[in-house]
Amino acid sequence: MSESLKPVTAIKAPVHLEFSYTAGRASTRFLRGMAQGKILGQRCPECGKVYVPPRGSCTICAVPTDVEVEVTGKGTVTTFCIVRIPSDSLSIDPPFTCAHILLDGADLPFFALIQECPFDEVRMGMRVEAVWVPKEELGPTFESIKYFRPIDEPDASFESYKEHL
Amino acid sequence: MRDVAIVSFAQAKNVRRELDANEVEMVMPVVSEAVEQSGIPRREIGFTCSGSCDYLAGQPFSFVSALDAVGAWPPISESHVEMDGAWALYEAWVKIQIGDIDSALIYAFGKASMGDLPDVLTLQLDPYYVAPLGPDSVSMAALQARAYLEATGRSERDLAAVAARSRKDAKTNPAAQVTGDFDPERLLGEPYLVSPLRKHDCPPISDGAAAIVLASGDLARKVCKRPAWIRGIDHRIEAHGLGNRDLAKSLSTAEAGRRAGLGTGAVDIAELHAPFTHQELILRDALGLGNEVRVNPSGGPLAGNPMMVAGLARFGEAARVLMDGQASRAVAHATSGPCLQQNMVAVLEGE
Amino acid sequence: MGEHCAIVGVGQTKHDTLRVDVSMPGLIREAVTKAFDDAGVSWGDIDAVVLGKAPDMFEGTMMPELFLADALGAVGKPMLRVHTAGSVGGSTAIVAASLIQAGIHKRVLTVAYEKQSESNAMWALTVRIPFQQAIVAGAGGYFAPLIRAYMARTNAPDDTGIRVALKDRLNALKNPTSHLTFPDVSYEMVRDSPMLWDPIRYLETCPSSDGACAMVLAAEDAAKTSPNPPAWVHATAMRSEPTMFPGRDQVNPQAGRDCAAALYKTAGIKNPRKELDCAEIYVPFSWFEPMWMENLGFAPAGEGWKMTQEGATALDGDLPVNASGGVLSSNPIGASGMIRFAESALQVRGLAGEHQVPGAKKALGHAYGGGSQFFAMWVVGSEQP
Repeated sequence: MSESLKPVTAIKAPVHLEFSYTAGRASTRFLRGMAQGKILGQRCPECGKVYVPPRGSCTICAVPTDVEVEVTGKGTVTTFCIVRIPSDSLSIDPPFTCAHILLDGADLPFFALIQECPFDEVRMGMRVEAVWVPKEELGPTFESIKYFRPIDEPDASFESYKEHL
Repeated sequence: MRDVAIVSFAQAKNVRRELDANEVEMVMPVVSEAVEQSGIPRREIGFTCSGSCDYLAGQPFSFVSALDAVGAWPPISESHVEMDGAWALYEAWVKIQIGDIDSALIYAFGKASMGDLPDVLTLQLDPYYVAPLGPDSVSMAALQARAYLEATGRSERDLAAVAARSRKDAKTNPAAQVTGDFDPERLLGEPYLVSPLRKHDCPPISDGAAAIVLASGDLARKVCKRPAWIRGIDHRIEAHGLGNRDLAKSLSTAEAGRRAGLGTGAVDIAELHAPFTHQELILRDALGLGNEVRVNPSGGPLAGNPMMVAGLARFGEAARVLMDGQASRAVAHATSGPCLQQNMVAVLEGE
Repeated sequence: MGEHCAIVGVGQTKHDTLRVDVSMPGLIREAVTKAFDDAGVSWGDIDAVVLGKAPDMFEGTMMPELFLADALGAVGKPMLRVHTAGSVGGSTAIVAASLIQAGIHKRVLTVAYEKQSESNAMWALTVRIPFQQAIVAGAGGYFAPLIRAYMARTNAPDDTGIRVALKDRLNALKNPTSHLTFPDVSYEMVRDSPMLWDPIRYLETCPSSDGACAMVLAAEDAAKTSPNPPAWVHATAMRSEPTMFPGRDQVNPQAGRDCAAALYKTAGIKNPRKELDCAEIYVPFSWFEPMWMENLGFAPAGEGWKMTQEGATALDGDLPVNASGGVLSSNPIGASGMIRFAESALQVRGLAGEHQVPGAKKALGHAYGGGSQFFAMWVVGSEQP
């Protein structure tokens, strides 16, 4: 190689692909609920556990879950983390708090943002509720729930949720 | 080598676009059916292996959620190949050979309808020299078809005959997507898609899923009246660059067939993973299959070609013919990569 | 267990953020060439190739084993491509070993790699599926709540993670392949590094690396004629469980416990802490060391942190963990699991160089992936089982 030539260390080959994702039957029912301001889960016909959001099957019993159950928007923070770096997927400035929330009547926690509360006051066992977007903005999307916020209820005991960690 | 057999096979109907079910919902009934049919309780199955591809699903780790479909609780011994399910079957067969387990569940799923398949497949090519040029899968197959026709003196009429026969045979296959009676002469009147290939020379784009249960020796005999014994199985890969191999031949198929013991006797049927008409002829040549061998009685990939599934489905279809007692020796073949780059051949026998 | 299988050659690249000096084939061949030199073999001696890597989207190439067939010398041979999320490097080695154990091949080349600089890994990890929940801030955001749950369950001292990170970063200084090295690393430096996903600090986090790892595995006859001492596979195990179900213990997952139990049973190990001389464990965030110590049966539930605090996992402790510097120091994702497996083999072969655990005869290699749900492990030893 002549000294005047630098090595080619990279070529740019942009890739553009479009995908039309299939939500699937269970998610479709859940998302239709979101559009109505409802949180819909599904109960396993064998073990009776309630999946929110539903996955269409009970992964333990390996059977379809077809019994629909509505749960309230209230729940308990089982664990959380404080994000202090910017996130590509969320349009929110750090620091902010993400938590596992066990909704009342559900049997597994799901991930959500906690707001309307200083980020460092979130704690395990804290009681929270869903805050929805205005009615006219409801749609078949997770984003119908803006975030969760604390409610004026005593913290749940560690014993009450330790099986969900 | 231990005796290992296919003891059950189930597949979803191949469709152009499955709008209702997601991958997990597509796989679950198929897995349940194969397990039930096998007569082996789910929790006694020794190993589970699957095949699928993130780029078809348009998301990384797409196989993870499929684990929900197989009842992976209590935790199971499990693995996944980013390949056609036929290679998952091979991995499972190897595991059984070691001698610690006697059965395995294999499943595969592919939902090509979510993206633009020919464009997606372009990403399989050498990312520095070839993929940026953007050749699509049909054009590359056409290069191969031209090379084959020139090298052998075969004609486009021979290709049309393959298409017509496949889709006629597919009429009796409830999982097939493209079926019907076609007159080869009339097919030749259709315009070229990419010369020398016409639409009928190409596989349909399909969504699908399939599952197989393998069992060894006595267990296979216990749960299945006529197990489809895998007498030999081998796979080989060739150079990637289309200019680095003779496209008119499939040396890797010939070698895999030889090592799988194909030469030791006559076969009655063959299920060949030949997505394009000319590829069936190339594979027939490579495996030395004469006119007396019935190829793709299921209709083959020309009647339904779910990516990552169609190879495993060939094993299932070949096994089904043996399990039904309609043949005693069969060939199952699977392929991967552009223009038959990688090939697997197995010889299956009935009881 | 079938036929005996030995590791006779190990090779790794220099791991780094951007290996723009090599292509994907170049990266792989750097590792393979070293493994071949170690094993005293060349391309013609290899019967089959097993390649592993994590998502294809990290490089933007679908099923890259196809175009790498030439560079891997696989033309005319069997080639398999494994993908089991973060555990893939481990499961790939196990698939390669099974080809020998089943008596199918004499020598198998197994390779794992990741070249994240070829694409945008952060983008690939956060492809936004419209109807799914947004994945919040990558892997750190996913695992940090589990670490908090571990802390709450065990009352472990807050600085346990700092101590793990300090130990691994000191070990990394002894390993020439390490990506991240901080020559003046100290307890205070780790403690004062910024919080990213509270309770995870910057220096308690793994990097994203370009890198590859290769091993030559051999059957008994071939192993006995190899120039350097072999490491013998005493046991392998894989276990998986679903991502989400009611009552799932994500801190101490059943799949990991079952996998370790099956592994020790096959290896004839009754007391892993006593009988194993060292371990290479997949620790992408410092706190996973104490968590996995419990999951792997080295410590009773709730007491894994004591091993860290007491220095048991240090290079001069009774069970050195990640003498290589671990995933915290080099993390080519698809290869990270295989590096754990390969480093455990180097230890029992006595070839680990400056980070050698003196007299190591039996070692554990461990990898996990997904949401702490895929596990792959092996035990290797200097003696033939």
